[in-house]
Amino acid sequence: MDFELSDEQKDFQRSFRSFCEKEIAPRAKEVDEKGEFSFENWKGLAKIGFLGLFIPEEYGGSGASLITRAVGFEELSRACAATALSAESSASLCTTPIVEFGTEEQKKKYLPKLARGEFIGAMGLTEPGCGSDLSAIKTRAKKEGNRYILNGNKMLITNGPIADVIVVMAVTDKEADRKGMSFFIVEKGFKGFSAGSPLDKMGTRGSPTSELIFEDCEVPEENLIAEEGKGFLMAMRTLEHARIGMAAWCLGIAQACLDESKKYAQERFAFGKPIGYFQEVNFKIADMKVDTDTARQLIYYAAWLKDQGKPCNVEISIAKLFASEITTKVSSNAVQIHGGYGYMKEYTVERLYRDAKLGEIGEGTSEIQRMIIVRDLLEKY
Amino acid sequence: MDFQLSDEQIAFKNSVFNFARKEIGLNDEETQKYDEKNEFRWDVWKKIANFGLLGLPLPEKYGGAGADTLTTLVGMEAFAHGAGDQGTSLAWGAHTVLCGVPIMLLGTEAQKERYLPKIATGEWIGGFALTEPNAGSDAAAVQLRAVKKGDKYILNGTKMFITNGPIGKVFVVIASTNKELKHFGITAFLVESDFPGFSVARKLNKMGFRTSPTAELVFEDCEVPAENILGAEGDGFIGVGLTILEWERSCLLAAGVGSLEAAMETCIKYAKQRQQFGRPIAEFQAIQHKLADMKVALEASRLLVYRVGCMKDKGIPAMLEASIAKLYISEVGLKVADDAVQIHGGYGYMKEYPVERGYRDAKIGTLGAGTSEIQRMIISRIILDLKKKSRGGAEHGF
Repeated sequence: MDFELSDEQKDFQRSFRSFCEKEIAPRAKEVDEKGEFSFENWKGLAKIGFLGLFIPEEYGGSGASLITRAVGFEELSRACAATALSAESSASLCTTPIVEFGTEEQKKKYLPKLARGEFIGAMGLTEPGCGSDLSAIKTRAKKEGNRYILNGNKMLITNGPIADVIVVMAVTDKEADRKGMSFFIVEKGFKGFSAGSPLDKMGTRGSPTSELIFEDCEVPEENLIAEEGKGFLMAMRTLEHARIGMAAWCLGIAQACLDESKKYAQERFAFGKPIGYFQEVNFKIADMKVDTDTARQLIYYAAWLKDQGKPCNVEISIAKLFASEITTKVSSNAVQIHGGYGYMKEYTVERLYRDAKLGEIGEGTSEIQRMIIVRDLLEKY
Repeated sequence: MDFQLSDEQIAFKNSVFNFARKEIGLNDEETQKYDEKNEFRWDVWKKIANFGLLGLPLPEKYGGAGADTLTTLVGMEAFAHGAGDQGTSLAWGAHTVLCGVPIMLLGTEAQKERYLPKIATGEWIGGFALTEPNAGSDAAAVQLRAVKKGDKYILNGTKMFITNGPIGKVFVVIASTNKELKHFGITAFLVESDFPGFSVARKLNKMGFRTSPTAELVFEDCEVPAENILGAEGDGFIGVGLTILEWERSCLLAAGVGSLEAAMETCIKYAKQRQQFGRPIAEFQAIQHKLADMKVALEASRLLVYRVGCMKDKGIPAMLEASIAKLYISEVGLKVADDAVQIHGGYGYMKEYPVERGYRDAKIGTLGAGTSEIQRMIISRIILDLKKKSRGGAEHGF
């Protein structure tokens, strides 16, 4: 057993952290206030190769492991959770089905552009009427000649308003239930596709979210990923990757809360000494440390299992559940430590508190994670 | 990174689990009986000794198995999981980890030769005496005095809440040899129970962990030969005490991980059998939610404990990580024990169900080996570093 990152991973962590601190973090406040996506951040991430980190080398990426991915998303999210969320949607949610199931042509056509950041990617699963219950999706795809015609709506789609390419799940065979779903690659210029206007959100405001509308949207048959009926399986596989990313995303926020709280507790004086001397404050900080540190171990463990090709469905859900729930708790305590200032926009923790909540909802709610965990438990014992 | 136990460790874990389940776990009525009687289980002790666990981390030269830290705590975890008797697990841990290990790490050759073989076979039971009636969390405030007289030290004072106290033959005793020097005036001694002036004042009656006997020990002009100093004079807190505490906060906690798994299994089994509203209660989300949280707690606890083991085996100081593990596992252990009773409903409140015992047992976790409050003090001091003193510890982001 060995709980340490490799030297390579540590080097990556060090250099990427310093990039994020210099290039990403300074814009985080503005990105949140304006509620606008930062193309500058995007270009920066593209330039240093982060967007292609998980794409195989032959398609212009660097084929990094999931542990490295977790390290990376933690650092990026620590600097700017909104930017990290958009990067995750593009570099992980959108690319995973193509990398794992796509045809050679699809890979060649889309992956290099996603790796270079020329394309922003997204994934369309959730619909107005179904989120957790994916088997209830209604978007239909009907084959007509050498095309599929898509009709329906997708909802709460990260990167929706800015995405160039979206992997979309639709029903191809209504009778076949879960085996009747398929994935398509949709480009924003396809006839019949449109994105709704950005939705106004509590947090992650620099990562645009919208509805996607498919009105007799024409998708060439070669844009079907793998074959018809494999959609549900692909969604599950993709979500495994995405949940590790989401867990690391949460952890980045929690770590930022810890960093900010530490700084504040050292600098802020009350009753004649730094508030860090008071147990009501420093015990909260100790709890933050325990929570973040434990979450990190669970995330690395899940990522390692996945990298090794071992069964890890449950461990991934555990990591995601734990990381997201401690993050809302940690962010709440971070605001508490900052007192009234913590409620003010000029302090980072105010944003972190709003950003944090998404973790318990996105990529499968806490409730869904517990279902996954317990289903396996009841089977095993 | 590599999160896989070696094949030998897995095989060892399985064999310890099977042993403990067969010899102890399958007969929970017997454990209940001893819990009720508040009595140590000598027959079980002999079985553990025969199985070779009592000297697990001790060198082969002295009759031990020479296991590394990780393997030791894997053994403790598997035993606690299989046996479902937390008191006995603690008796073993206090004996091997809190008495055997410090002698192994800090003892002279003569001390090792005298004590380790007897500890490895379990012929002599060991213990660790730090806490006093008036010094618990503030360990450096010990009042038990040791004064040198010729080639002996004369010990006077009282030790409190000492695990294995009533049955121990040898104790690592923390005493003050120089009050002025505070932390640096503390010395550890190896005291045998038949040294003149040593006595067990009383066996204490406890809420839980009742198969592990606890005592108040009294030292009245107790004569200890000078060669029985463990480590150096003045090194009793910084050297011996902290070494033991770091082991205690990791290895003993491994038993907590095993106990948590045992509790989770008990609950799953019950939830599948127990019918309400025409179906097993395992089908209700309120029950499922608790079971899922138990699984999360189990995985997290195990990783935290194994990490400390790995760090210790690599020689990396793990004070921070041990405190994190200790704090998390003990507190989540309380929650799991509470949920376990809740899942069992009224039956969970009855003595015939192991979760009733588990609920009482769990409370010791946040008290022993440094209270939760002490762990938070240690962790926050390392993080906040308000006095700008370098305290070391691999940190993320600091």
